[in-house]
Amino acid sequence: MGERPDPDALLERVQEDDKRAKRGRLTLFFGAAPGVGKTYAMLEAARFEREDGRDVVVGIVETHGRYDTAALLLGLEIVARKRLDHRGVFIEELDVEACLKRRPGVLLVDELAHTNAPGSRRAKRWQDVEALLEAGLDVYSTLNVQHLESLNDVVAQITHVVVRETVPDSILEGADEIRLIDLPIEELLERLKDGKVYLAEQAERAGKHFFRPGNLIALRELALRTTAQSVDAQMRRYRDEHGIDKTWAATERLLVCVSPSPSSPLVIRGARRLARSLHADWIAAFVETSASLRLTAADRARVADNLQHARTLGAETVTLAGEDGADEVIRFARLRNVTRIIVGKPTHSTLRDRLRGSFLESLVRLSGNIDVHAISGDDAKSGESPRAPERVPARKGQKTGGFVAAVAAVGLATMLGHTVFPDQLADVVMVYLLGIVLVSLRWGLVPSLVAAVGAVVAFDFFFIPPYYTLAVANLRHFVTFAMMFFVAVVISGLTKRVRDQAESAREREVRTASLYALSRALTASKTRREVLLAGTKQIQELFGGRVAALVLSPSGALVSSVDGAWTYETDEKERGVADLVWQSGRPAGLGTDTLPASRGMYLRVDGSEGRLAVIGIVPDDERLPDAQERHHLDTFLAQIGSALDRVRLARQAQAAQLTVEAEQLRNSLLSSVSHDLRTPLAVITGTATTLTHEKLDAATRRDLAETIVQEAERLNRLVRNLLDMTRVEAGALTVHKEWQPVEEVVGSALGSVEAILGARPVKTDLSPDLVAPFDAVLIQQVLVNLLENGVKYAGADTPLTISARGRKREVEIVVADRGPGLPAGDEARIFEKFYRAEKGKGGGVGLGLTICRGIVTAHGGRIWADNRDGGGAAFHFTLPIEGEPPTLDMPDSQRKEETRDP
Amino acid sequence: MTDIPIRILIVEDEPQMQKFLRTCLAAEGYRIVEATKGQEGLDLARTHNPDLVLLDLGLPDMDGTEVTKGLREWSAKPIIIISARGQEDDKIRALDVGADDYLTKPFGTGELMARIRVALRRTARSGQETPDPVITVGELVMDLDKRQVFVATQEVHLTPNEYKLLGVLMKNAGRVLTHRQLLKEVWGPAYATQTQYLRVYMVQLRHKLEKDAARPRYLVTEPGIGYRLRVDS
Repeated sequence: MGERPDPDALLERVQEDDKRAKRGRLTLFFGAAPGVGKTYAMLEAARFEREDGRDVVVGIVETHGRYDTAALLLGLEIVARKRLDHRGVFIEELDVEACLKRRPGVLLVDELAHTNAPGSRRAKRWQDVEALLEAGLDVYSTLNVQHLESLNDVVAQITHVVVRETVPDSILEGADEIRLIDLPIEELLERLKDGKVYLAEQAERAGKHFFRPGNLIALRELALRTTAQSVDAQMRRYRDEHGIDKTWAATERLLVCVSPSPSSPLVIRGARRLARSLHADWIAAFVETSASLRLTAADRARVADNLQHARTLGAETVTLAGEDGADEVIRFARLRNVTRIIVGKPTHSTLRDRLRGSFLESLVRLSGNIDVHAISGDDAKSGESPRAPERVPARKGQKTGGFVAAVAAVGLATMLGHTVFPDQLADVVMVYLLGIVLVSLRWGLVPSLVAAVGAVVAFDFFFIPPYYTLAVANLRHFVTFAMMFFVAVVISGLTKRVRDQAESAREREVRTASLYALSRALTASKTRREVLLAGTKQIQELFGGRVAALVLSPSGALVSSVDGAWTYETDEKERGVADLVWQSGRPAGLGTDTLPASRGMYLRVDGSEGRLAVIGIVPDDERLPDAQERHHLDTFLAQIGSALDRVRLARQAQAAQLTVEAEQLRNSLLSSVSHDLRTPLAVITGTATTLTHEKLDAATRRDLAETIVQEAERLNRLVRNLLDMTRVEAGALTVHKEWQPVEEVVGSALGSVEAILGARPVKTDLSPDLVAPFDAVLIQQVLVNLLENGVKYAGADTPLTISARGRKREVEIVVADRGPGLPAGDEARIFEKFYRAEKGKGGGVGLGLTICRGIVTAHGGRIWADNRDGGGAAFHFTLPIEGEPPTLDMPDSQRKEETRDP
Repeated sequence: MTDIPIRILIVEDEPQMQKFLRTCLAAEGYRIVEATKGQEGLDLARTHNPDLVLLDLGLPDMDGTEVTKGLREWSAKPIIIISARGQEDDKIRALDVGADDYLTKPFGTGELMARIRVALRRTARSGQETPDPVITVGELVMDLDKRQVFVATQEVHLTPNEYKLLGVLMKNAGRVLTHRQLLKEVWGPAYATQTQYLRVYMVQLRHKLEKDAARPRYLVTEPGIGYRLRVDS
């Protein structure tokens, strides 16, 4: 390991610093127990700040009627609390929005661990504080050690009081300053006796327990130790930042095995404590085996909760799948360079391990150089077996069906035995076993066991003398019973396992298939919309319910981006939740601890360069995805994220390509234009300076003046073309279509090129009735450009022809000359920018035809050129005819009548 | 030229343009009054009572339409608008409120002089005590008393609306008339936007009066603006 800091770590730190700079500062007033004077200390500090000229505002502070605390509040600005009506009871809460609007320099928010009233935007006050810090506000807050999540069970063990209101450790760790408010135990007890310590009514009873000197000493120690640890961490961070020390060998990585056991959270918290003290990353893993497929819904929910819990404590969570749990854990641990594996101590009897094999034992055996820690999770209360008694997630109807089938199978076997093989006991046993196999195949373990018992009883009753009693004459039949029962149980077990494996394979198959379907659909998607369309559709197909995707609109608001039968309308409220997810990146809505009253659950899709979309899922019957499905869903979202990335990158590449092309175009424009503009300017300047000479005779002067006029006109044409081109290119061409006779625009075009036409014959061939909708100014320009072109390239005195034909849906206009025609193969190229048939001839920039194409295209028409029979070029363009020409209901009823005064 | 020199008011803010106009108009014997702003132009028009106004549309202080309106409150003297490309809408507005003609920059001296001559001739005619009942433009002859129209002595039969339309154009020969002006004159204000009527009648008129309707000599189109009965100057 080198002396230089790892560049990745450096980058991370820079980003963290950036984040820190924007984020507000959190100052925590941290104490061992209620009553040590945290609020008082906070208010004192606040007054200090205020004297320093900072803008201090009270967000929420509980004085609990204490006079000295209330006195400190005097003169401080207090934000009005939000009143929430909860079933007729008004509850007052911190008004986060008002605080954000007020934007004070320092905001005081008491009791960080407080749980908000139902119906609040966030469940916990620490979440409110997070939001405020995120928004850049500096916050002062108070916290007691027993509310710290990782110490939660330690405190419970010390005090026998379970604290429900917890704050994630990351909040304490992220605090910029921790002020420990310490009070000697005797003094605290004194204050308690004097009634100076406020206890909520429900805590009154527990309080007696809580405030025992022994407890308080332990809590004080905890608080001191926690503070010391975090000071230590700050110190280390400082040294780290300033390169004082090498980074420690942060090679420790922990893996904690998560189970559905109620004690698993304790194990998770233990792992976290260990991870923290080792400064190690930690991973929480759940292994899905064929056995875990048998878990009950409640167990699954617990696994999901436990994984979620680990995630909030800062762990990376994974769900592994494999046949053997220990094997899979070790494989993964080696893959990720895990140094320690943490498991809960087993609580079941050794008998079970004998029968099924011990997970812990195989883990230890396979672990090699990885340390395995078995830590105690279970306490007295949660001593129940991690496997709940109800096991098969079978529906009730199916279960009764199973028992009916078991009874029926036994009955049928008995009848068959009686009629077909009356005295052949071995055959009868076979028939019973057949029945049991069938039951176990179709209805599973429990009915097949019932059938086994039933079979033994029936066999005894009907076939073993004395008949029709349960009494047994010959003792050797007991051996038959035992063997029969044993075989039945083994068969049932085996069948069951085959079934489970098949089911597990099927489930995995479904998921693999859906993932395959997703990636195939995503690969085929070319745009962001298509990706989201395919993605939401696949999610819906797998999880049911309705799925929506929200993306950022140009206006900065989140909007639904897909429409299909599988999506749902997001109303204001749902979009609010989505927005929260978009901002925070943490899942919110249904099934999470943020705004759980929403209709849908919202998850953010992230790509390599940040957030991309928010996916909303409204499940059928509020059935939330379980741990496996959540994991699967995460895979889906990652797939969608990378597909969106791909689309974005493709678009960027395309845009880059276009930029290069545009750049090349601009360069050729510049060189062409600068030459074409300079030539006439040079002529004008030169000629004009010559004119100032006095020695010139009148004829020369006139000649020179005419040159100036000609060149100026040429310059004017050039500039006009360039300006038109710019308008066409910029898409600023607005077409004012009006129905009008073609003849008229031909007339006006001919009128405006009269001067350059001179005596050249022009033939027109068009019907006066021919009308079309077009913009007269623009189409005149097209005709003028085409006529000028004809004059430029066709020899003097060669005739020009303008003809127009009306067809069903369009009018075609042709301007033709008898010049040299177009160079073969150039018929299409001539409409390209800066194309000139003969360089220098006529002095154009080669934009005239490009402008024509722009105008005609803007009209929805086509333009092309070809060579005429008998020589010359013909330029064709069409104008589409949409709708009907307006009817003329003339106010003049005598329209057709010829008038002539007699 | 007449004894009393003809006064032309130039309202133009660009010095080079002003110099060019001054030089070439003075060379033709006109007397020049110059203003560089709209308000100044209006004031000078009152004090000097010019025979013709050359008005640039891109004035720094006032909209050309406003200046035209201000002048038309008391004067019927011809106003010729000088506009740049891209000021199409301003041009139409100015014509609608009574400007006579327009010139688009850049233009040559020949074109400028021709327009001025046509405009002045029309005012001279309309200034007559009893207007001539017979109007003649080139080969077109319109007898207002007898309601007859001739092209090179050949009588042409017109419908009442065609007659009315031609009448308006003949009375304003040489002047640009906007679609709106023509429609109001011939069909009434309710039809001021029904340009398709006008177009149909113009086509009919051209086919009755012009030798080659596709290359009209008299009834010329000003694309996007209106029509003009061309007068050879």
